[in-house]
Amino acid sequence: MSDVVISVRELTKRFGDFTAVDRISFDVRRGEIFGFLGANGAGKTTAMRMLCGLSFPTSGSGTVAGYDVMREGEEIKRYIGYMSQRFSLYNDLTVWENINLFAGIYGLSKRETEQRAAELLERLNFSSERNALVGSLPLGWKQKLSFAIATIHRPEVVFLDEPTGGVDPMTRRQFWELIYEAADGGTTIFVTTHYMDEAEYCTRVSIMVDGRVQALDTPARLKQQFAAETMDEVFRTLARGAKRAE
Amino acid sequence: MYAIEVNNLAKSYGRVQALDGVSFAVRRGELFGLIGPDGAGKTTLFRLLTTLLLPDGGEAKVDGLDVVKDYLAIRSRVGYMPGRFSLYPDLSVEENLGFFAALFGVGVEESYDLVEPIYKQIAPFRTRRAGKLSGGMKQKLALSCALIHRPSVLFLDEPTTGVDAVSRCEFWDMLAGLKQRGITILVSTPYMDEASRCDRIALCNEGHILGIDTPTGIVGQFRSPLYAIRSRRTFALLEAARRQQGVVQCYPFGESHHLVVDDTFDKEQFVRALSDFEDLHIEPATPTIEDVFIKLMKR
Repeated sequence: MSDVVISVRELTKRFGDFTAVDRISFDVRRGEIFGFLGANGAGKTTAMRMLCGLSFPTSGSGTVAGYDVMREGEEIKRYIGYMSQRFSLYNDLTVWENINLFAGIYGLSKRETEQRAAELLERLNFSSERNALVGSLPLGWKQKLSFAIATIHRPEVVFLDEPTGGVDPMTRRQFWELIYEAADGGTTIFVTTHYMDEAEYCTRVSIMVDGRVQALDTPARLKQQFAAETMDEVFRTLARGAKRAE
Repeated sequence: MYAIEVNNLAKSYGRVQALDGVSFAVRRGELFGLIGPDGAGKTTLFRLLTTLLLPDGGEAKVDGLDVVKDYLAIRSRVGYMPGRFSLYPDLSVEENLGFFAALFGVGVEESYDLVEPIYKQIAPFRTRRAGKLSGGMKQKLALSCALIHRPSVLFLDEPTTGVDAVSRCEFWDMLAGLKQRGITILVSTPYMDEASRCDRIALCNEGHILGIDTPTGIVGQFRSPLYAIRSRRTFALLEAARRQQGVVQCYPFGESHHLVVDDTFDKEQFVRALSDFEDLHIEPATPTIEDVFIKLMKR
């Protein structure tokens, strides 16, 4: 298997005469935690939709998990996981019913589902909550469960859209541990966020301004390059140059 | 005199104890931050102080007035910006501002000097419907509307949630400007890195206040030795470090992990025990508000 899980070249998306994503190129390696940053309106969401097989590029080329973003959107969807900032499990179903539902959508067999559900519940210390309604769980638990379910089909890459908003610092760190563990096991993580302290947890970070990738490196090297103490300073320096309004 | 005084305030919703006996006081002209995650009780506290909810126990005063007895008088003296966008999306920018001025029986001109630094940034869009504004602009309009009757105390519930880093920074600059005009501000945020912009902060979690102090004072409460450790093998290092002698806690902290230790910790021995991490890097770290928060949560 190739070591590059996401590879895009000159990827572009235009809506009429507006260029939302303007010739972006980068590679994401297996097991990397790749931070994808940009101010509101910079083109993050449009770019991510193309990588998830939800929208076709106007021009350029790219592959995700070995499938072509131009032609194989349906295959891409099968080999990726996705977790949105807006909690996307069903509050009126139990923990087990949610697992069973998403495992079914991803085409897992009954045996695989049973086995992975048991592993997942054990790993999260959730075994006693198996029959609890998801809506009754604290936010931090829901987020951990969402992540576990987004990876239940062992995707090559999982896309996290602002995953850790609103939780306490300890729960947030437990969430990052789950991410580290998944990355350690070879799952590639693609995170979008506009909270810069989350960027510091990433292996590498790209920053989009006005549809272009303006910077891409490890957080340490970016801070060095921009003579900044924090990623927040790096981001503000770059984003202040934006011409495009939100 | 204090602008806000809260004494043993309690509120529950059914079996959920949203606020469990909270006490603090905010001085006149102070910029006071409530810092904590969802479920800390921040919104409940705002709704009690703005007289939109009645407490189950305890008492509170705003601008010297009691939140239960003097609720009508309080309402004309406070400005409140709720967490969710609560202006009229179908009214234009200037119609919203005019509407809120009319509600409080004032003319827009009377208070314009106060809102001008904020409102002039969105004035070019004055005829646009509020629902069509970007997140940053909605926030500026909501702040203008909350200020139009010259309140003496301003309540801002998570004004920067969901806003990008550049707009967040601008927003805090605007609050610093309002503070200069003598307005008392109580502001909540789930983002610990915003604490340094406040005069004093209260760290809140699950209906309790964990600690109150200046941002530097809070950080000064962290007295245990703290190290930052890192290696390319991020996850393995976390697990290995936790098994070592004298390690109280080890948790991810951006590019490194933070290692909280006690007196039985020996750095040389720690490095020897982890010798299979060839790229192990360890150095003393400066605690942050998040380290303090985690420590106080454990108690």
